[in-house]
Amino acid sequence: MTRKQRRMTIIGGSLAVLALAAGLVLNALRDSIVFFSTPTMVAEKHVAPGKRFRLGGLVQPGSLQRGDNLAVTFEVADGNAKLPVAYKGILPDLFREGQGVVAEGALDASGVFKADTVLAKHDETYMPKDVADALKKQGHWKDDYGAKPSENDKASGGAKPAATTAQGSPQGAVR
Amino acid sequence: MIAESGHYALVLALGLALIQSIVPLIGARLRDAALMNVARSTALAQLLFVGASFVALVMLHVNSDFSVANVYENSHSMKPLIYKITGVWGNHEGSMLLWVSILALFGGLVAAFGNNLPLSLRAHVLAVQAWIASAFYLFILVTSNPFLRIANPPIEGRDLNPVLQDVGLAVHPPMLYLGYVGFSISFSFAIAALMEGRIDAAWARWVRPWTLVAWIFLTLGIAMGSYWAYYELGWGGWWFWDPVENASLMPWLAGTALLHSALVMEKRNALKVWTILLSILTFSLSLLGTFLVRSGVITSVHAFATDPTRGVFILLILCLFIGGSLSLFAGRATSLKQGGLFAPISREGALVLNNLLLTVACAVVLFGTLYPLAMEMLADFKMSVGAPFYNLTFAPLFALLLLAVPFGPMLAWKRGDLLGVTQRLLAAGVASLVAVAIAWGWASGGATLAPLAIGLGVFVIAGAVTDLVERTGLVRLPFATVLHRARGLPRSAWGTTFAHAGLGVALIGIVCETTWNSEYIATMKQNEVAHIAGYDVKLDGLFQRQGPNYREMIAEFNVSRDGETLSVMTPSKRSFTTRGSSTTEAALLTRGASQLYISLGDATAEGSIAVRIYHKPLVLLIWWGPVLMAFGGVLSLSDRRLRVGAPKPARAKQRLQPAE
Repeated sequence: MTRKQRRMTIIGGSLAVLALAAGLVLNALRDSIVFFSTPTMVAEKHVAPGKRFRLGGLVQPGSLQRGDNLAVTFEVADGNAKLPVAYKGILPDLFREGQGVVAEGALDASGVFKADTVLAKHDETYMPKDVADALKKQGHWKDDYGAKPSENDKASGGAKPAATTAQGSPQGAVR
Repeated sequence: MIAESGHYALVLALGLALIQSIVPLIGARLRDAALMNVARSTALAQLLFVGASFVALVMLHVNSDFSVANVYENSHSMKPLIYKITGVWGNHEGSMLLWVSILALFGGLVAAFGNNLPLSLRAHVLAVQAWIASAFYLFILVTSNPFLRIANPPIEGRDLNPVLQDVGLAVHPPMLYLGYVGFSISFSFAIAALMEGRIDAAWARWVRPWTLVAWIFLTLGIAMGSYWAYYELGWGGWWFWDPVENASLMPWLAGTALLHSALVMEKRNALKVWTILLSILTFSLSLLGTFLVRSGVITSVHAFATDPTRGVFILLILCLFIGGSLSLFAGRATSLKQGGLFAPISREGALVLNNLLLTVACAVVLFGTLYPLAMEMLADFKMSVGAPFYNLTFAPLFALLLLAVPFGPMLAWKRGDLLGVTQRLLAAGVASLVAVAIAWGWASGGATLAPLAIGLGVFVIAGAVTDLVERTGLVRLPFATVLHRARGLPRSAWGTTFAHAGLGVALIGIVCETTWNSEYIATMKQNEVAHIAGYDVKLDGLFQRQGPNYREMIAEFNVSRDGETLSVMTPSKRSFTTRGSSTTEAALLTRGASQLYISLGDATAEGSIAVRIYHKPLVLLIWWGPVLMAFGGVLSLSDRRLRVGAPKPARAKQRLQPAE
C-alpha cells in the first residue's frame, strides 16, 4: 500500500464511522425525543393519544385522589387549562398539591394523561425550571414560588441575612 | 478571623498565579533559568495558599460559624461532623474552592516531581496551568466567594440538602474533580508543546502518567457517583443520562481515547497532531462539564444555584480557553512533523479505530446533551433527550468498540495479521457463543439482544485473558517458564488485561440488571409478605426513631428464601425539619453480585406503607467493572516505563522483556 492509499483507508474508515453515527442519531431523533408541554399547550395543539411527552405545571390543590394499590389521579394546571393525570406507583418524596411537577407519559383515548414517571421538585424552595419558564411565559408566575419558606427565617432568629436575599438554593429535580 | 484569612489566602494565590502566568514565559523567551524556575516556587506556594484557604473553609464549617453565609446556608450545628466536613463541597462556592485546590495540587505535583522535564517545557506547562488557575480564582473571588460574612449572624444554619448528607458526598466530588481537573495537566502539556513547537515521543511519555492518574480517578468518581445515585435516590436507577452525568462521561470517553493515542505516540511517534487535539478536547469537555453544572443552564440534582452572572463568567472562561487553544492548535499543528507509518491493519490502526469510536460516541453524548438547550434557545420549544436516544445511538457504537477491543492488543505494531489474531481469539469466540447459548436457554427465549450482549461481554473478558495466556505461554510451556514469563511481563500488559476485562464485566452487569430486573411496587400492611425473585419479604413492622438532625420512620422487613431467614432489612424515610424535606434511605441486601433493594413510599393512615422492592441480578458487576478498570490503570501506572523520574532500564534487561 502506498502512503496515499493508507491515508485514504483511514479517512474512508473515519467517514464510515461518522456516517454511521449520524445515521443513528437521525434515526433516534425521529422517535426517542420527548417534548415538554403545559396543559394550555396540550389544549391548543391537538396531541395524538399515545404520543409521549412531558407535562409540566402545578398540581391542582384538592385534586389528588389515591385509589387502590398505589393508583393516584391528580390534575396538572397552569392557570389557563387543566389536565387530568393518572399514575400508578410511588410519588416522589416532595410531591405536594399546589407545587410544581413534571410527569412523563402519554394521553389515552379519553384524554387522561397516563404518566409512567413523575418528577417533582427536590426541596421546599425548588420549582422545576421547565415549569417556572412556562408559567412565566403565561404570566402566572408569582415571585413567592421560588422564595424560601418564612418559618426558616423565624427559626434563624428572625434575622434575614443580608447576603442571601436573592433566593433559596434550588436543588433540581430527581426522578 | 478564619474567614478573612481564608479570603486573603485566596487573593494571595491569585497574585501568585498571575506571576506564574507571565514570568516563566518571559524566562523561556530569554532562556533565563532563574526566571523559568519561578514557576516551580510559585506553583508550590500557590498550593500552600489555596490549601490554607480550603482548610479555613473546612474549619468554619466544623465550628458551625453561621456568621459566614456559606456555612449558614449549608450547615447546621446538629449535623454530624463528617457531613460538616463534606458539606464544604456540597455547595457551589465550596465545590469551586475544591476545584481550584485540586488544580493547585496538580500544579504543585508537576512542580515537585517534574525535575526530569526539560526546563522550558516545565515553565510553559506551569504557566498554562496558572492561566487556568487565575481564571478560576477570579471567578470565585468575583462571583462565588465562600467567605462572605452576614451582617446579623443567625443562631442556626439552614442545613445541607438531605440527599447530600451521605458518605457518597465525601468521596464522589473529590474523586470526580481529581479526574476532571487532572486532565488540565495534559491540556497544559499540549499547549506548551504547541507554543514551543516541539513534540516527540518523550512528550507522550511525560503526559501519559498524568492522564492515567486523572483517568483512574474519573473512572472511580463516575462509578462512585452512579452507585450513590443508585442507593440514595430510592429509584434503583444507576444512570439517568442526566446532562450532568453526561458532563462527566464525555471527558471520560475523550480521556480514554487520549490514553490510547498517547500510547501510539509514545511507541511509534505517530498520531502526534491528533493526540494534541485530544488533550485539548478532553480538558475542554471538563470545562464544559463545569459550565453545565455550575451555570444552572440545566435542571439537575447537581445544579446548586442559578445565578446568571456565574453562568456568563464561566461561559467566558470556557470560550477563552477552548477558543484560544483551538486557534493555537489550528495555527501551529501543521508545523508538527508527521511520525511513523503504519498499515490500516495494525496495532496503530486498531488504536485509531478505538479513538474514532470513542470520540464519535463522545460526540453523540455531546449532541444529546446540548440539543435540547439549542432547540430551546433557537426554536423555543422544550424537550428532553433521555435513555431511548442513547440506547439507539451510544449503545451500538459502544458495542462496535467492544467487539474490536480484544483484537487491538493482539495485533502487531506497524503491520498486523488480522486472520492470525482471529484464529488466536477462536477460544474466546467459542466461550462467548457458549455464554450466548446458556443465557438464551436460561432466559428461555425472551429478549434476544440481552444474550448477545452477554456474549459480547464474555468475548471481551475472554479476549483480554487470551492475550495474557498467549504472552505467558500458559498452555504450551512448562509451568515454571510461564511463571517466569508472567513475572517478566510489563505491568502495563497486566493493566491492559484488567482494564479491558473490566469493560466486559460492567457490560454483563448492565445487561443483566436492565433485562432481568424484577420489581414489586405495592402498599403493604404489617405481616404481609411480598414474593419477588424467589425471596419472601415480610413486613414486620414500622417504628419511629430520632436522628441527630432528622426524624425517621423505619420499616423492618424479614427476608427469607425457602423458609430460611436470611436477613432483616430496614429501609427508612427521613424527614429533615430544617429544610422541610425528606429522603428515602433504601435498604440493600447483597447476595453474590445480586442485590435485593427496598425503598419506602408514603405511609397511609391505616398503618400500611407504600413499598418498592427490586431484585437486581448481578447489579454489582456494573461497579466492579470500573473498579477493575481503575485497578488496571494503577497497575499500568506502576510500570517502570511510566514511572515519573524512573532511571532508564539497562539495555541487557530491556532485551529480556518479551515483546509487546
